[in-house]
Amino acid sequence: MQQRETFYDVMRRHGITRRSFLKFCSLTAAGLGLGPEFAGKIAHALETKPRTPVIWLHGLECTCCTESFIRSGNPLAGDVVLSMISLDYDDTLMAAAGHQAEELLEQTIEKYDGQYILACEGNPPLNEDGMYCIQAGKPYVEKLRHMADHCKAIIAWGSCASWGCVQAARPNPTRATPIHKVILDKPIVKVPGCPPIAEVMTGVITYMIAFDRLPELDRQGRPKMFYSQRLHDKCYRRPHFDAGQFVEHFDDEGARKGYCLYKVGCKGPTTYNACSTLEWNDGLSWPVKSGHGCLGCAEDNFWDKGSFYSAVTNFGVMGGAEATADKVGGLLAGAAAVGVAAHAAVSAATHIARRRSEETQNG
Amino acid sequence: MATTAHDIERKTPKAVYVFEAPVRIWHWVHALSIVVLSVTGYLIANPLPSVGGEASQSFLMGNLRLVHFIAGYVFAIGLVVRIYWGFVGNRWSRELLYLPLWRGQWWRDLFEEIKYYLFLRREPTNHVAHNALAQAAMWFFNVVLGLFMIFTGFALYGEGLGLDSWADRLFGWVIPLLGGSQSVRMLHIVGMWLFIVFAIIHIYMALRADIMSKASSVSAIISGWRIYRD
Ligand code: HEM
Ligand code: SF4
Ligand code: SF4
Repeated sequence: MQQRETFYDVMRRHGITRRSFLKFCSLTAAGLGLGPEFAGKIAHALETKPRTPVIWLHGLECTCCTESFIRSGNPLAGDVVLSMISLDYDDTLMAAAGHQAEELLEQTIEKYDGQYILACEGNPPLNEDGMYCIQAGKPYVEKLRHMADHCKAIIAWGSCASWGCVQAARPNPTRATPIHKVILDKPIVKVPGCPPIAEVMTGVITYMIAFDRLPELDRQGRPKMFYSQRLHDKCYRRPHFDAGQFVEHFDDEGARKGYCLYKVGCKGPTTYNACSTLEWNDGLSWPVKSGHGCLGCAEDNFWDKGSFYSAVTNFGVMGGAEATADKVGGLLAGAAAVGVAAHAAVSAATHIARRRSEETQNG
Repeated sequence: MATTAHDIERKTPKAVYVFEAPVRIWHWVHALSIVVLSVTGYLIANPLPSVGGEASQSFLMGNLRLVHFIAGYVFAIGLVVRIYWGFVGNRWSRELLYLPLWRGQWWRDLFEEIKYYLFLRREPTNHVAHNALAQAAMWFFNVVLGLFMIFTGFALYGEGLGLDSWADRLFGWVIPLLGGSQSVRMLHIVGMWLFIVFAIIHIYMALRADIMSKASSVSAIISGWRIYRD
């Protein structure tokens, strides 16, 4: 049998020097929060293991995941990973088009049945038999199911593939549905965010192809190494939160002093992502650092939970309810107070009336 | 059944020892913790105007949260002890822990008691501890809502303690179940408002019963004795 190519072979073929390759391995080990000794392990794995193909599909989405990915802060990581994955199929990035491109999918299934990773950006709409997203003349959901049948594992890129995102917002006319509700029999790694941070994406995919296993996942299927903490847990404005120093308006003294953005709606306390540690664009900044609260873009249903500019919002679980938790509760308490007052008045009136009639009877 | 509440009522004693000491202590600890939890919780959701000075010199939100968590522990441990007491205490001690839905008499009492509060019946139904309507309300607000606040509260607490902490292991599953961290917080807030609704009605009913019925009510939860006037 013919020896299968390793990742290292592919990279060298793409003109990446050994020095760059080793640098990439140590960067990745650091990015994954692994010790320096793992750089060697990653290098060894990439040098010896046969290359795992990656098929990158696009459903209903805006391509922001791809945009984020190709702007990976460290150009080296971007180049290396791209050279590893764009080999097989990615409708946005590959050179092939049309029938030629679609053929590549069948070829991959033939050659690597049960061995490739399926990276899904976007989600399939299920209404009207999936007619809201047609690719190569067929509903996307069919392509997704077909490719998922033969893959080893799935990466659900971004909030679209992980949760549904804005195209699934009420009333979700196309019934856009996250991957884990369509594909039930394959391991799925969710990498939510709108988009996810580039380093998170390259880290997850490198981990999966280098170690040939899924990263450790949390209860909701997200890699623990990037999604185990809320932004709030590592936010550099947290001391202002604990002290009780808040921005009340975007143009006030507190905003200039860099106070906590909780009262203007920061969702850092409820959002699991790596923005406050890795930051964006190679550690340049992230929303809170630029003075705006987190929108909660990596959380399920963030698009239907009400205002981005208030700490107390809707629950996002009841269809159509637009009132915030405090409004609903305040209304209930007000109704109870009015009800009690009315009841007390009637009680007093009947009590007195009864007493009078008793008195007239007795006397 | 040996002696039921009804037998005792038929004999119409002058006083009955209804609320044993642990029940009374729990009642007041529970009430106090709800007040503390509601005030601190409200201020966590809607913080006060900013304090000035260096961040290192004040810890207002931190302290509010700390007090909330301590009161949360008191609330939770209190409810667990109270549920235990339902098994070993007197026959009235378990009234608020379950609803005897299988008893026809209970449903009739419930209906009659509702009629009483709608002014369609002159006298309330006769019960030593709780009438059917009061029992249903006590069960819902103390057991169901109380456990709901404990489960959502400790799930949020687990988020702060971190992944794989004891609170996360025990209660973390609540968060995806209820639609994510933000939704859990908002439902926790609605739970607070329901406690406020309950407090308004509960205090009104207790005072009203004291004034209008033949049985003592407010003093009973202080001394334990329900005293009947003629
Ligand atoms: C009667 C019972 C309770 C009431 C009325 C209550 C009320 C509240 C309110 C209104 C909030 C603000 C929600 C937000 O905007 O984030 C809150 C937050 C919270 N509560 Fe409670 N709560 C109760 C019980 C508990 C219990 C038993 C615990 C368990 C320790 C608990 C733990 C928490 C935590 C961890 C937070 C989030 C605080 C933060 O992260 O800053 N609560 N509570
Ligand atoms: S700015 Fe947001 S994430 Fe940072 S401490 Fe305030 S609420 Fe938390
Ligand atoms: S700060 Fe919040 S909204 Fe912005 S990218 Fe990070 S998780 Fe998404």
